[in-house]
Amino acid sequence: MSWIASLRIALRALRVNKLRSVLTMLGIIIGVAAVITMIAVGAGAQAQVEEQIKSLGSNLIILLPGSVTSGGVRMGAGSRSSLTEDDAAALQREVNDVQAAAPTLRGTGQVVAGNSNWSTVFYGVTPEYFEVRNWVIASGKGFDPADLTGSGKVVLLGETVARNLFGDADPVGQTVRVRKVPMQVIGTLERKGQSLMGQDQDDVVLMPISTARNRVLGGTAAKQRSVQSISIKIREGADMAEAEGEIRRLLRQRHRLQPGQEDDFTLRNLSEVLGAREESSRIMTLLLAAVASVSLLVGGIGIMNIMLVSVTERTREIGLRMAVGARGRDILSQFLVEAVTLALIGGLCGIVLGVGGSYAIGHFAGWRIQINAEAVALAVGFAAAIGVFFGFYPARKASRLLPIEALRYE
Amino acid sequence: MAEPLIVTRGLTKVYRMESYTVTALQEVSVEIKAGEFVAVMGPSGSGKSTFMNLLGCLDSPSGGDYYLAGEKVSELTGDALAAIRNRRIGFVFQNFNLLPRTSALENVELPLLYSQVSAQERRSRALAKLAEVGLAERAGHHPAQLSGGQQQRVAIARALVNDPVLILADEPTGALDSRTSFEVMGLLQQLNRRGMTVVLVTHERDIAAFASRIVSFRDGHVVDDQRVAQPADAQALLRAHQPAAA
Repeated sequence: MSWIASLRIALRALRVNKLRSVLTMLGIIIGVAAVITMIAVGAGAQAQVEEQIKSLGSNLIILLPGSVTSGGVRMGAGSRSSLTEDDAAALQREVNDVQAAAPTLRGTGQVVAGNSNWSTVFYGVTPEYFEVRNWVIASGKGFDPADLTGSGKVVLLGETVARNLFGDADPVGQTVRVRKVPMQVIGTLERKGQSLMGQDQDDVVLMPISTARNRVLGGTAAKQRSVQSISIKIREGADMAEAEGEIRRLLRQRHRLQPGQEDDFTLRNLSEVLGAREESSRIMTLLLAAVASVSLLVGGIGIMNIMLVSVTERTREIGLRMAVGARGRDILSQFLVEAVTLALIGGLCGIVLGVGGSYAIGHFAGWRIQINAEAVALAVGFAAAIGVFFGFYPARKASRLLPIEALRYE
Repeated sequence: MAEPLIVTRGLTKVYRMESYTVTALQEVSVEIKAGEFVAVMGPSGSGKSTFMNLLGCLDSPSGGDYYLAGEKVSELTGDALAAIRNRRIGFVFQNFNLLPRTSALENVELPLLYSQVSAQERRSRALAKLAEVGLAERAGHHPAQLSGGQQQRVAIARALVNDPVLILADEPTGALDSRTSFEVMGLLQQLNRRGMTVVLVTHERDIAAFASRIVSFRDGHVVDDQRVAQPADAQALLRAHQPAAA
């Protein structure tokens, strides 16, 4: 018997019990819609994380000085002052994959403006810092070369600091005191929001590195042009592992480390941290899809149930078809086609509902939604597979009926 | 001499229950020639239905041989039997066994669905057979919209659609009043006169009277097998029963 004939018989059989067919499909409809929606929500979240990673720079490497061991007590990363501004300059000059290397000094302290004050973090930076962090100045201007070399008493304020010290007033041109050193605000930084770790990235004051060293930090930090960290941006498309290797090689050479001697610096790759975050969001997507698949499975069992009922109800029809020449496989394919038709119609309705539901969620909850074709194809393929799988047992049962017994069935 | 259409030799059917066995048919040897109109009679439990099921290839014998048109059918199974039923045999049942909510035409087409026939040819052949039983103008009606006699005529058209060598009618008039019974029997007689072999199962003597030969069963054996010298003519009877006004 041809597939078209089977399909026509199946559609007629499904039409005869419209309500029953629709209720049976409901399981598949909900299942497919749930799978599509969950994957859309999950993929949206994942895409958002990926975007954040990109904005932060997955191509970012942070160099920290090595640790100091003092009387058997190791002081932890950054306790040694083994990295210098010259290292940063050399990296930028000599390693091809390095787009920019920004040495920074970090300190914390009270910032005072008029009668308000705010405790914050300040960084001594070079112009490379803005390139590495993809940060732009929102108002005012950046550092002059004279400020950079001559320890100019100028600062840029992060959005949080500006708001806390000046409210809605324009801070540019005002004077603030950072650790009691008066400095002029020459600009504000564009709002960057929270970091992936939940820190407020706008709660920051930037000043030239020479200013931080000579005027604010003083003491040990003033020595040796040493820096607390070097942020490195690797060129787009460059291999991270290779770049890391070259950076390590150059630094070991500059620091005259013997083979076998431990590195006197630590190299951190942000993408590892962010990768974990991405992984967790991916697992979440899988989990959601798995939960949604359970409802597909339940829908499949509904199909099996109704197909068993249908086979029993139509035992005499099966007997008649066999009497006029239907072979076992004709009966098998007829019921299989019916089950798959049921599942596929349910699947198509589920797509409509799932895609519509995803956009509704995106619209009302404000979540990022990403519908991908593979998820839709997967859900429909799954629905068809469920039709075959759960339709097979009832169909085989039908095909194995004995013609005389089926004909006499009451 | 021409080979008989149906030959059974020692045909036996034993049903095995859990604790006992029932011999429904014991060593039945019958020959039926092409063109005969045979009525199979007997009380219930006599084995006549079992005999019909075996002739119709709906069941396989426990022993003995069955040849249909020279082919040894008794050793066939499954798909091969389905093919025989499809091409060689037309069934007419007591309760018509038409598919509900399906037009008369599609009901007649049913056997052709299982024998590689194009949709177009299915339609034209089914229409021709419907016309043959006088129901061409009812092709689009569903069984529920047809009378019992009309339904049985649709069933006969379905039995004829694949040009079988044998029509097997199992109590075809059991669900009909006597007038429509005569109509149906008249149709079967008409087919028989054109050369179709008909085997009819009935327990009514006046229905069996339309056949040219009566085979009687009892307890799984053939107890009587005789020719009918002068079969009753169903159409003549019908004409006689017409109201005088017509």
